[in-house]
Amino acid sequence: MSPERGPLFLARRSYRRRRLADAARVLPILGAILFCLPLVWKGTAAAGGTVQAMIYVFGLWTVLILASAILSRHLRLDESERENWHSARTGADGE
Amino acid sequence: MTVLNLLILVCLSYVVLLFGVAFAADRAALAGRASWLRSSVVYTLSLSIYCTAWTFYGAVGFAARSGLEFVTIYLGPTLVMIGWWWTLRRLVRVGRSQRITSIADLISSRYGKSNLLAVLVTVLAVVATTPYIALQLQSVTLSFAAFAETDPTATTLPDMQSTALWVAAGLALFTILFGTRNLDANERHHGVVMAIAMEAVVKLFALLAVGVFVVWGLSGGIGPTLERIEASALARFEVSGGRWIGLTMLSAMAFLTLPRMFQVLVVENEADEHLRTAAWAFPSYLMLMSLFVVPIAVVGLDMLPAGANPDLFVLTLPLMEGRDGLAILSFLGGFSSATSMVIVAAIALSTMVSNHVVMPLWLHYSGMAAVVSGDVRNVALMTRRLSIAGVLFLGYVYFRVSGGGTALAAIGLIAFVGVAQFLPALMGGLFWRGATRTGALAGVLLGAAIWLYSLFLPSFGASALLPQAVLDQGPWGLGWLRPQALFGAEGMDPVIHALMWSLLLNVAAFILGSLLSFPQPLERLQGAQFVNAFDQPGAPGGWSGGMAQSEDLLTMAQRIMGAREAQALFADAARRQGVAGYLPEPSPDFLQELERALAGSVGAATAHAMIGQIVGGAAVSVEDLMAVADETAQIMEYSIQLEAQSQELARTARQLRQANETLTQISVQKDAFLSQISHELRTPMTSIRAFSEILRDNQDLTPEEQSKYASIIHDETVRLTRLLDDLLDLSVLENGQVDLNIQTGTLEALLDRSVRAAGGDGDGFRIRRVRADEQVELTTDLDRLAQVFINLISNARKYCDAKPAILEIRARLAEDRLVVDFVDNGSGIPTDKHAVIFEKFSRIGQTRASGAGLGLAICREIMERLGGDIAYLPGQKGGAFRVTLPLDAGRLPARGAA
Repeated sequence: MSPERGPLFLARRSYRRRRLADAARVLPILGAILFCLPLVWKGTAAAGGTVQAMIYVFGLWTVLILASAILSRHLRLDESERENWHSARTGADGE
Repeated sequence: MTVLNLLILVCLSYVVLLFGVAFAADRAALAGRASWLRSSVVYTLSLSIYCTAWTFYGAVGFAARSGLEFVTIYLGPTLVMIGWWWTLRRLVRVGRSQRITSIADLISSRYGKSNLLAVLVTVLAVVATTPYIALQLQSVTLSFAAFAETDPTATTLPDMQSTALWVAAGLALFTILFGTRNLDANERHHGVVMAIAMEAVVKLFALLAVGVFVVWGLSGGIGPTLERIEASALARFEVSGGRWIGLTMLSAMAFLTLPRMFQVLVVENEADEHLRTAAWAFPSYLMLMSLFVVPIAVVGLDMLPAGANPDLFVLTLPLMEGRDGLAILSFLGGFSSATSMVIVAAIALSTMVSNHVVMPLWLHYSGMAAVVSGDVRNVALMTRRLSIAGVLFLGYVYFRVSGGGTALAAIGLIAFVGVAQFLPALMGGLFWRGATRTGALAGVLLGAAIWLYSLFLPSFGASALLPQAVLDQGPWGLGWLRPQALFGAEGMDPVIHALMWSLLLNVAAFILGSLLSFPQPLERLQGAQFVNAFDQPGAPGGWSGGMAQSEDLLTMAQRIMGAREAQALFADAARRQGVAGYLPEPSPDFLQELERALAGSVGAATAHAMIGQIVGGAAVSVEDLMAVADETAQIMEYSIQLEAQSQELARTARQLRQANETLTQISVQKDAFLSQISHELRTPMTSIRAFSEILRDNQDLTPEEQSKYASIIHDETVRLTRLLDDLLDLSVLENGQVDLNIQTGTLEALLDRSVRAAGGDGDGFRIRRVRADEQVELTTDLDRLAQVFINLISNARKYCDAKPAILEIRARLAEDRLVVDFVDNGSGIPTDKHAVIFEKFSRIGQTRASGAGLGLAICREIMERLGGDIAYLPGQKGGAFRVTLPLDAGRLPARGAA
């Protein structure tokens, strides 16, 4: 990942989009941690057993899918803009 | 009709449907109506081959044995998919820009195109996948047997072995038919992908239908179902943390490294767009697949007798309740899961085996002679077909030998750990420039060895392949080397134990090997291109073909691809560039296209080297080298782009200069012709005038003298008329006002006639023909065609400078066209004259022979009227012209269409 030779501070829109890409990177890590949460409840008295874990896992799954859908929708714009900018700068067609 | 017979019937119709769908999709793709075949939806559905029969049947069994833990197998891929920005985006980008054909290809390509590494990966992939294929065969036979057991009328149970054999043979047939349509592994297998997408829908629908039936039909709704789970043996959430985390990681790794997943994820991927959709759509698919697994397991445990196989609950629950329709649907779901996995796995493995093992061996033993003779293509296709049959046969043999005893899920996880050994080399290759071939080799070798020793071999059961003593006390009594308790790690789950040790040591060897070794130049180059996949716009390694000679390229391509294919490719490229004839400009685009076409026959590496030989020096371009240099590359990139642009400009300028030269030449010729035509017209005119004056003024001429002068006037008039006829002919042809006199006759008769009219052979001029090839019925304007032939033959007679001059006339049929080549053995026409010979008034050199330079221009006009073409054919011994003509008279253009 090399630094882009762009301006030091980005316009508000591009700034937002970069943070979206960051969010897309964080999402799987967050998901992995949250999916491990049921392991913590195991020994405690509050543990509701398989049913509770099931509801939690499938609920979390749905949330992750929705988040991923929203992020990839917005990242599409990001990517195409970046490539436009890139090819405009270099005069070459991005692959 | 009994249920079993009905099942067989449904199953056969389903197979017919599958063939039909694949066939229709292939046809649609051929007809260019395939845009929907490339949609994101089809891509997402094709990913569902992750869900094999192990998932379809085995997940319920898994859940019945260990509760919610089964879900980890889906959580891993879910996390990988929603994390596409990290890895998959890069993987897909690299896969497309490097034209990767398999995971073995990717790893070998990254580490300096090392074939040793490719062979290692291939062998490990085959070893790990064979049991997996056996598992699919087993699931189909088991589900068949489940039906047979409930059928009271079935007198004999179907033989398990023969069912498996039939299934394997059918799958081999399907895969060979639709998976080896084309040699280029990068081209999409539309038929296969479409069939798999359909199977994805079938299996999801089947599992959801059984789930709905179990929850609402058998348990009475969601609330009661949850209560039932609370009351069951699975109520307590008792997963071990190690297995939960370990299996999630394992499935995530396997999702990236399984050869079949790599095939659909990377090789068949066509656009980043697909990945964006799949990022949320595929996790949804996985969630739906696992939604009803626990309810089905609980209800199955509850309602079915104690000894029932939990792996078959999906099937036996509807059967027990007498829902035969649902049971058959469920069977089809399992059948779909099994077949789609086997088909893609066989394609992926056969590509690897044929590209990295068989073809290198074959080329090595048959030498370069084979490459030149042009039969490489068929050999490669045949190897791939044989590999598919071989892979499926291996799976069948494994199924026979293992006897199908182990629980389904066990084999699946063992295979996962096996392919996970590719991950360090794969990820290290994508993210770490310092990763080297030595490191990758050491890592994969060590990881594979530990996997074999601690998981794969013991899985055959005690004393089967590893003696019991080794399992209990370790080899030579070394307790710390016990396969399932390495380094004293006792009491661990065997899968997690093997995963931990194999990967730990794999990564350690990979890093250590990379740190201690020094990479070769090609390795460093590839490493830079892989790691910086996003920083380089455009494809890597572009040719800059300034010095390339199109004619040399054509000669080489003809030898490898066959004359017809090569000429078609060149003519097509020339047409797209707007250049007439067979020689396109050697632009980088065209060179890349040519390299890709050659790679289909001789492999990417050989093709690259061959073009490099002719184009010269571009094998490692400036651009590539810049990528190796570090940050300076970023700064220099802009100037490289400028350089590319200036090259482009230079090319355009060259083309313009050429066009200008042609125009100037034509103009000069026109001037020359005008003076000549005035001269030609003037000479006969002068004598006609002189002799007619004599006839008018001298009354005392003898009758002999009168007749002599009159015949001179007549001859001169005839000469004048001929010249004017030619001019008129040309103008009529050019204006498209010609009437065609359509007749039918054989090419042989026509050529005989033309040869006679052109003066026959003799006088040091010989004509060679193959009369057997000339038995072609022609329906066209034979007189006009004869005019073309006569012109070509007499041109050869006039201008061929060899002693003795030999003209070869070769005729052949190409699809619906007749192609006649006239090739002489003279010095031919220099390249700079190719552009003008078909122009009016053009004569090569300062004319030795008579003629106004209208012959070839007339020929070209005639052939255009006849719906055909005449062109100069470069790359032959001497001067060569090719006449092409459609055989079908109906395709003649309408009169005056010009």
